[in-house]
Amino acid sequence: MRKLGKLAARLLLVLGLGGFLGATLVRLAPGFGVDEEELDSRLSEGSMRALRQSNAASGSLAGFYIHYLSRLAHGDLGESQALNEPVRQLLAERFPETLKSVVLGLALGWAAGLSLAMLAVMSRMGVVDLAASLLASVLLCIPAAVLALLFVVAQAPGRLVLGLIVFPKIFHYARNLLAQSAALPHVLTARAKGLGSVRVLLRHILPVAAPQLLALAGVSVSLAFATAIPVEVLCDLPGIGQLAWKAALGRDLALLVNLTMIVTLVTLTANSAAELAAQPPRGGQA
Amino acid sequence: MKRVRLAAILFLIVVAAGCLLADVAAPASYAHQFRDLPDAAPSRQHLLGTDDLGRDRFSRLLYGTRVSLLLAPAAALLASVLAAVIGGAAGFLGGWLESAVMASTDLFLSLPWLFLLITVRALLPLNVSPLASVTITFALLGCLGWAGAARVICADARRLCGSDMVLLARASGASGFRLLWRHIVPNLKPVLAAQFWISVPVFVLTEANLGILGLGVAEPLPSWGSLLRELESFSAFSAQPWQLAPLVLLVLTVSCFHLVFKKQELWT
Repeated sequence: MRKLGKLAARLLLVLGLGGFLGATLVRLAPGFGVDEEELDSRLSEGSMRALRQSNAASGSLAGFYIHYLSRLAHGDLGESQALNEPVRQLLAERFPETLKSVVLGLALGWAAGLSLAMLAVMSRMGVVDLAASLLASVLLCIPAAVLALLFVVAQAPGRLVLGLIVFPKIFHYARNLLAQSAALPHVLTARAKGLGSVRVLLRHILPVAAPQLLALAGVSVSLAFATAIPVEVLCDLPGIGQLAWKAALGRDLALLVNLTMIVTLVTLTANSAAELAAQPPRGGQA
Repeated sequence: MKRVRLAAILFLIVVAAGCLLADVAAPASYAHQFRDLPDAAPSRQHLLGTDDLGRDRFSRLLYGTRVSLLLAPAAALLASVLAAVIGGAAGFLGGWLESAVMASTDLFLSLPWLFLLITVRALLPLNVSPLASVTITFALLGCLGWAGAARVICADARRLCGSDMVLLARASGASGFRLLWRHIVPNLKPVLAAQFWISVPVFVLTEANLGILGLGVAEPLPSWGSLLRELESFSAFSAQPWQLAPLVLLVLTVSCFHLVFKKQELWT
């Protein structure tokens, strides 16, 4: 319970800090406080002054931050300057698309990485280990954007790229971890007593490696979200990665800051959940 | 394995020499346009042909390699220095500072890098010069990439603080800065070097991703990322396999980095 409280406090702190940094970035961005209407030559001097005064209402950084946070608390994420739509609506439209890609990518990456790592460790055949390590090493050396382009050329589903980016990290980490666990004395004893490979893996190796593998789950969520940007841009998938790229090109900082904060919140929640799941049960072994 | 590592080191030396000698080896400047020869096929004059603006691809590849291979280590150096200062201080002083640094590194490691990078990149003025854009891009990479290394250095500094060697130094009257400078920092050097070499390929790949998205180094200055943008013209791609030269060079170089420094990574 104490751990849960700590994690919730950390999330709140990040939200507060992220909000402050975001507000500062938006406030200091070139062109802040300048309205397009000021370019209208039909407006009189008085109207211009009134317009500038209304824009300068939340002029100081502290005032701007309080205004920004109070809006955030009411669920108002502001309006996108580049796309002329409420940020909340844009997120509601695009977040499910990214979530679909991320879930598929994570499932694929973890399934391939973990099963190949288990095969490499349990089969104890150098060829399997070498082939899997070689594949993972090659994938580690190719930028996600290039993989996405190659998938477009091959007319393959772009979402799979996320899996290919997650796979080598999972494979390398899981392989080393399982190999370490497989060399523990109790595993060697179990093998010597004639236990089958599957039983040794499920009963003696995986339970030892599970907490550290769970800790990796949180990191892989962050990796998958970051990979979503080039993949969605190049494969034309209408998710938040593509939205972030459009916002960057249109210098739409309000949208970008909100997107970064939301993705950070999601990845931090995933990390915290992984951390909690990796905790040994009370009274259990560390 | 030793031979493979040797071959990888040799390859890295050749690539580094090639890009450092770009001024001599390149047949033209990276920005020079042969306007009567756009999209030309490879020839003796243009070894990798020309791009759609008539610029010599081989020259751009040499200069682009120079930009990526000089600035990625510079960014890695910045990240390593930040990691050494923050992680070293946290490990040496311990207490609340160590807890705060560990919490910050946890936070930094869970942040989606690319989102942060493009957010800060979007803040830059539109009229930023190519040189400024390349410096800012790699400086950002350096400033955001310290967390992982700081964790390792903090743990190592903490281990050193509890070692017999430091205990003996304390008993001999060494304390504070002298203890840190004479006994802890020299022993952190191998870990720092390993962290530095691990960061280089990571930054090279991140710049490539940013470059392909058009958010990296500004034209006409080439980098591996901006050169890879050419791959977006899919129809020409199959007819012009020489367009893949930057990708092949990037993959080979990053693979060689992994091969050469794998051993150092295991030490950490």
